[in-house]
This record gives sequence, structure tokens and C-alpha cells, in this order.
Amino acid sequence: MTTPVLYDTPGPRARARHAVYSVIGGLAVLALLGYIFWRLWDAEQITPETWEFLEDPDIVEQLAEGLQTTLSMAASAIVLAIAFGGVFAAGRLSDHWFVRLPSIAVVEFFRAVPVLLLIFFLNFSYTEQLGTYWSVVLALMVYNGAVLAEVFRAGILAVPRGQTEAGMAIGLRRSQVLRLILAPQAISSMLPAIISQCVVALKDTALGFAIGSSDITDRARQIYIDIFYNNPVAVALFLMAVFITINYTLSLIARWLESRMRRRGERVVHVQGAQAGLD
Amino acid sequence: MSTLQEAWPFLRDGFEKTITLLVLSMIFSTVTGTALAAMRVSPVWPFRMFGAGYVNIFRNTPLIVLFILVVEGFPPIDVRPSLEQVGLNTFETLAVIALSVYTAAFVCEVVRSGVNTVDAGQAEAARSVGMTFGQTLRIIVLPQAFRSVIPPLASVYIALAKNTSVAAAFGVLEATAQLSRMNERAIAPITVLFLYLAAGYIIIVWTISAIAAILERRLAVAR
Repeated sequence: MTTPVLYDTPGPRARARHAVYSVIGGLAVLALLGYIFWRLWDAEQITPETWEFLEDPDIVEQLAEGLQTTLSMAASAIVLAIAFGGVFAAGRLSDHWFVRLPSIAVVEFFRAVPVLLLIFFLNFSYTEQLGTYWSVVLALMVYNGAVLAEVFRAGILAVPRGQTEAGMAIGLRRSQVLRLILAPQAISSMLPAIISQCVVALKDTALGFAIGSSDITDRARQIYIDIFYNNPVAVALFLMAVFITINYTLSLIARWLESRMRRRGERVVHVQGAQAGLD
Repeated sequence: MSTLQEAWPFLRDGFEKTITLLVLSMIFSTVTGTALAAMRVSPVWPFRMFGAGYVNIFRNTPLIVLFILVVEGFPPIDVRPSLEQVGLNTFETLAVIALSVYTAAFVCEVVRSGVNTVDAGQAEAARSVGMTFGQTLRIIVLPQAFRSVIPPLASVYIALAKNTSVAAAFGVLEATAQLSRMNERAIAPITVLFLYLAAGYIIIVWTISAIAAILERRLAVAR
């Protein structure tokens, strides 16, 4: 009973009624899942043969390499995005309009443009220089960097004003206050949001599929377009299992960090659109 | 400006499709997401489990994998003929299904957080005048919940607007797909074409934000 606010603690009759609903609801849910399973089985999409690709050592090796590419793309993208976000968050917080305004424009632009459009653009216009790998990484860098810039800004602004004033009072410059006083205090409050953004980046690496970036999704396509297998459902379910395992672990870490920080009475920063690993 | 004139037919067709995908997925994902949120706060545990399972599965799956499942995986189950019978474009319909299934998980979480912001006294008052759980939720709690979640819901719709671009990888000629079409015809330097398309998306995103801001001001309640 997680939200007892919406209904009273059930008495004997309500409990009996709920038990009946639970049986009916449970059967309805099972019937729905069973129906989906039956349709897929009937269309030979999840029968044992469709899973045989997992027994072929060559394919397994391909997928493992793909997973490596995916993880390395996501990791490079996040590291670069943190740098990008840091620069533009600082730019947005600047006192000089000629720094602030371009920073706002850059952040708002990359937050509004679809990542896939960026990937296509980079891949078409710099095919030789970038290759598929860096097209994906750079597109993810600017998008996630723009989101992180907002996270960083919110984190910096959440540090009490007295800290800035104290820094100014002992004669530090604005940039010194930001670097020496505000940023170190803000970083821990932003950690959960940064991890949520890792989930987004990891999910978005799959967009490389559209330009054939040999990540795990792209390599998985090679399996299901093969006439011999022709098993898109089984392959998609396999990919879902891989991504859900990694992302769910990351979300659990983010949630654990956040609850630990809340217990200690530390600030936690949320930015709209970034909070749920939204994308 | 002549390049804009040449690009215009592509931009118009592309954004027409993008907006169709956006509006349809918005409607379906909002309905499904609200139903899922109701399940997640209901007193019946199989529904709660189903709602939680749905959210955790689809929120952690890349949208493109969901597209593979729906667009490549559904046709063998003979969805295609039945869609064509009712006169629907297969790829677009399947894209709307994939987008709605995915976005519903996010709508669910937003609505649920809205339900939690509604004062407990509201639900208690509803129960004390004899309303059932369904009535409490429908008449008292959800209308107040939606008011408080307009900004995060707008973020979900903005993300959805950008996510419609994934359909480009699955044979739907929406705005993002027009980049390669225009590029093949060498209408203008690719950077210019990219900026045209980016401008279109920015207009959509700003429109959603502006509507959300107006609604938020209109519907604000003094608490």
C-alpha cells in the first residue's frame, strides 16, 4: 500500500472485494500477455528457432563487440557532454551579455533539435572526417551537453547567495567564485541528474542504427534482416533485455544516491525534462 | 531566399507528417499514460504491478528498439492487411503505435507525480461524501493533478516532438527524412538545409512551451 491517501485502509468487506478485483485484474493482465505471446508464437516470431542466433559464436562475438562500441560511444559522449555543459553553463551565468546571449542561443538550439537530425547532418556533411562513430558521439555530446548545461546552471544557482557574497567580500573575481566556491559545492547535488543523463545518452546511441554505426543495435539488425533468421521480434526483445539491464542499474544507482543525499539533508538538483531520463 | 522556395515543398510535406505523428501520438500516449497512472495508484495489486512493469520496461528501452519491435515485428503477425483494410498507412500507423507506447510510460510518471501533489484532504473529503476510488480519482484528484503537471507534461510532449524524427529511419517521410531527400537533389548546401529543418523543430518546441505557459497561467489555482 504505497499511496494509502487515495483510499481508506480496507476493512474486511473491502478486502474481500479487492481480492475479487485482484483475481479478475490478474487474469486480465495474464490474458493480455498470453494473447500477445500466442500471436507471436503463432507467427513464428519467438519460437525456439528464432533464438538460435544466441548459440552462434560468431554472432555472439559480433554482439559483444557491438555492445562495446555502444558503451564506448555513450561514455565518450557523456564525458564530452559534461565539458560542453560546463562551458556553456558558465557562459550562461556570465555577467557579460556578449558571452551570455550566445551561450543561451547555443543551449536552446541544441535542446530543441532532434538528435537524429544532428546525426544525419554530421554524417552527411563530414562523412570522411567523422565516420559514423564520431557523428553519433558529437551529436550526443551537443544534445546532452545542452541539457547538462541547464542542470549545472540550476545546481550553481541553488547554492546559497551568501556563498557568492562571502567570496566577493574576500576579493575573489567572479570566475574564481564560480570555480573555487560554487562549483565544488554544486557538483554533488547534480550527480543524480548526471547519471539520469547517462541513461538518455546510452539509449540514444541506438540512433546510430540509422547510419550503420556498428553499435549493438546496428549489428542486431544484421541478424534479423538475414533471411535465415528473419526474427525481428526475438532480436528486439534481446536488445530490450540488454538495455533495460544496464539502464535499470543506472537508475537504481541514481535513486540510491539521491535518497542518501536527501537523508543527509543535502540539496538535489532536478531540471525539467532531465529528471526522468526523459528523451 | 530562392533556396527556401525550392526547399519549401519538402519542408511542408515533412513537417505536415511530423505534426500528424506528434498530435496522434500525443492523444494516444496521454490516454494510455493516464490509465497507467490510475493503475499505479489503484488498490488492486495486479494493476499496480502491471503499471510499474510497463513504466520500467519502456522507459529504459531505446525508442529505436521499440520501433524495430513494432515496425519490423508486427507485419509478420499480419497486422499489415488489417491496417490497409481500414485505409491506414502502415508505416505511419506503426510509428504512432511505437511513439505512443514509449511516451505513455513518461506521461504515466508525470501524472503519478501530479496525483501525489494533490492535497490528501481532497481525496479524504471525496471519500467522506461517499465517492468510490474511481470517482475520487476521476472527479476530484486527476483534474487537480493535471493542473500541477502542465510544465513537466509539456517537456514530455517536446521530447515526443523530437522523437517523431526516429520514424525517419523506418520509412516515414517526416521532416528529418527530408534532409537526405533535399541533399540528394542538391537544393542548397547541407548546412542551410539543416538549419531550415532545425528552425521548423524550434518553432514546434516553442509553440508547445508557449501553449503550456498560457494554460499554466489560466488554470493556476491559489492553494
